[in-house]
Amino acid sequence: MQFDSFSAFIDMGGYGFYVWLSYGVAVILLLMLIISSITGHKHVIKNIAQRKQREDKLRQVRKQRQKQDKDLKSDKHQEAVE
Amino acid sequence: MWKWLHPYANPEVSYHFAGRIIPWLSVCAALILSIGFIWALAFAPADYQQGDSFRIFYIHVPAASLSMGIYFGMAVAAFTSLVWQFKLADASAAAMAPVGATFTAIALITGSAWGKPMWGTWWIWDARLTSELILLFLYLGVMALHNAFEDKNLAGKAAGILTLVGVINLPIIKYSVEWWNTLHQGSTVSKLGKPSMSIEMLWPFMFCFFGFVLLVSVIICIRFRSEILARNSIRPWVRTLVSAHLTKEKTNAV
Repeated sequence: MQFDSFSAFIDMGGYGFYVWLSYGVAVILLLMLIISSITGHKHVIKNIAQRKQREDKLRQVRKQRQKQDKDLKSDKHQEAVE
Repeated sequence: MWKWLHPYANPEVSYHFAGRIIPWLSVCAALILSIGFIWALAFAPADYQQGDSFRIFYIHVPAASLSMGIYFGMAVAAFTSLVWQFKLADASAAAMAPVGATFTAIALITGSAWGKPMWGTWWIWDARLTSELILLFLYLGVMALHNAFEDKNLAGKAAGILTLVGVINLPIIKYSVEWWNTLHQGSTVSKLGKPSMSIEMLWPFMFCFFGFVLLVSVIICIRFRSEILARNSIRPWVRTLVSAHLTKEKTNAV
């Protein structure tokens, strides 16, 4: 240990402000980078899931509409036969 | 070697491989970096000229050399993607840019906090500092280009060209202290064979440096995975992976 007391450790031989500023900025920037990377990953997954849901819904609607069209056509056909 | 490397050209394999190594790398990074920081702050001896302000060295120098190392890695990736149309290289280059930018910013800020007590000024337009600032702008430009296009292939191409043009800045940063008269002190660590540093200072430096290297790999892995997913969002394996993730989240919420 290079320092006799805790206050000497904080003071850093008079350079306390500069040393702690450097370490503080480094730690904060790195934490910000880590957090933004993790939330970014979750965001990407969520985006893809949303797009998938939208596409699934569209596909369902299309299928339903096709079915309705077919039913309508067959109804008309029956009317014509009658 | 190609046979061994070949499976990793598959995005799905790379995605899972990166996911598997993240926990190990993070544990090692946390451990080594904490040892390095505590050693550097409390146990390393004070410099006979610079006193305790020398402790800034232990983050300033690793951050600065990593800012250049990451740029070099990004340039290699950009070159591979431009020449061989290798899509994963683009994803890794896009993953590296924000990490490199952060380390460049750390190098600049800690350098300025070291410069104030030692040179009496926060900033001076000297060769080393200015070229490092240009490196930060290059990183920001690359990041902006990656995000500027909806089409990720086009974005990768544009960002790749900027990356390769910017490589010229790396030797300028490296040799600026030798080519021009500058306030910035010469290199202490990288003199091959006999670093002009005492052993008690070299050890904590090594811990900090390799801790940072591991941390960089962790963050690049996380971002690389996101880039792979974003670039392959219509592939079936991504679809199944995403729905599995969602059902897991739902059960957790319940």
